[in-house]
Amino acid sequence: MNFIKLLDALSNKDLLSKEGSRRDSFDQFKSFGAKAVMASIPFSLAATSSKAKAATNSMASATYMGANNDVLNFALTLEYLERNFYQIGMDTDGLIPQADRAVFQTILNHEATHVDFFKGALGNAAIDEPTFDFSGGDLNLPTFTSYPTFLALSQGFEDTGVRAFKGQAGALANDNTLLTFALQVHSVEARHASQVRRMRGEKGWITQAENTLPSDFAAVYAGEANTVQGGVNLAGMFGQFGGADAVTEAFDEPLTMAEVNAIASIFIVS
Amino acid sequence: MNTLKKIDMKNKVLKEQNQNVSEINKRRQFLKLSGMAVVGSGLLIACSNDDDSSVPQQPGVFDLGAGNLGILNYAFALEQLEAEFYTQVLAGSYWAGAPAKEKQILEDLYNHEVIHREFFKTAITAVAPNDVLPTLEFDFSSVDFGSRAAVLGTAKVLEDTGVSAYNGAGQLLDASDAAGMTYLLLAGKIVSVEARHASAIRDLLNPGSMDFAGNDILIGIGGSAPAFDKALAPSVVLSAVIDTGFVVTPFTANQLPTS
Repeated sequence: MNFIKLLDALSNKDLLSKEGSRRDSFDQFKSFGAKAVMASIPFSLAATSSKAKAATNSMASATYMGANNDVLNFALTLEYLERNFYQIGMDTDGLIPQADRAVFQTILNHEATHVDFFKGALGNAAIDEPTFDFSGGDLNLPTFTSYPTFLALSQGFEDTGVRAFKGQAGALANDNTLLTFALQVHSVEARHASQVRRMRGEKGWITQAENTLPSDFAAVYAGEANTVQGGVNLAGMFGQFGGADAVTEAFDEPLTMAEVNAIASIFIVS
Repeated sequence: MNTLKKIDMKNKVLKEQNQNVSEINKRRQFLKLSGMAVVGSGLLIACSNDDDSSVPQQPGVFDLGAGNLGILNYAFALEQLEAEFYTQVLAGSYWAGAPAKEKQILEDLYNHEVIHREFFKTAITAVAPNDVLPTLEFDFSSVDFGSRAAVLGTAKVLEDTGVSAYNGAGQLLDASDAAGMTYLLLAGKIVSVEARHASAIRDLLNPGSMDFAGNDILIGIGGSAPAFDKALAPSVVLSAVIDTGFVVTPFTANQLPTS
């Protein structure tokens, strides 16, 4: 499967269609579930009815392999993008100042290892590496001739990566091993994001949905200003502790696959 | 001794040996669990119950609990530890005289950890008012809050520990219902912030180096180069927490899920 096909398939999944197959129904259920969670389900330890639970479990096992492979290929795509981006950055003479090369070499090494890891996990099901255009097509970004632009995109990719993995945790909840691997990658992306943000003079954490990226990338931070966690609006509760700004910093927010793909596709030719 | 008797005897011995092995295993398992799970000032648990299905409870000692509640209390304990540490940092002389940027970072971390702590307190109290971990007492007298190296070095350990703890706890959450799914997502929302903290503290200690995501803390998977954070079981994390000596109030973790 090439990336564009994957993108189509994944985007369609978020559409609520009444004529979907059973597989589609499950995906809609999942997508609905994710939205419902973000829209604040009241905090409760009580299980839903056992009937609903059984239904969820049986649907989950019915789509087990496919769903997980989709998630892994989605992750692989982001890792391909990052590896390619940092490889070109490191290979471009005069782009990255000497003092910053250790940081970007480290990030490149990690992304390259992540690519190998997800390729290995997928085996024959792994998608091919897409063709990237880091100028963003019509955006004509001077990505590899302007260090500030390179840094800004790096921040955007890392923060998007954090949100992307977070958004898929629920989809991998049926497989402890995959879930844990995804979490182990997720927090490394967050380490990267914090570092690059600080190199750009931003805080390592995200305040509200504020950012200094070009406005074309507003989607990278959309929803980060959320203050409702587990059904509780924390916005007014911490006046002595940084207020609502600190509340938004203290919790990173997920993005859906479709939201991430919309961002990534700016840089994907085919 | 006739043959029948011999066989009978042999069987009896074998049976006894098996019983012994099984009892030794049980005891080992228990010692391992209790040794790692009891957090606090030198509290010892005496084992008088070999029945695995019935977990011995210490009178007057809080147990984190089972299932998702146990994991939430576990996270709450770690957030209490972090929040109290940064409370001490902000009351200390290093912070008072630190460069503005470091001051801001440490104050942000203080705010975030207090918010995490109070969030867990509110959330757990809402669903299990009688089973919420009490406010723990801590002793940070071993940390010199006038020393940059001590403050940042301790912060590094606590943040890295937080990352590995949440990464390890994710799979222990039962996400088969909406509430469980919410907890898993919340763990994800918090762990990346802990990782952002760890990265920043590490870079303050060794600016511009690879330490923000260094090989001293990351691990490889399946023989790969280091590129993954650790995911540690609560027993391992709590054992490390015991070793810090920071936790005064004893509590146990005898019922936490292990898979």
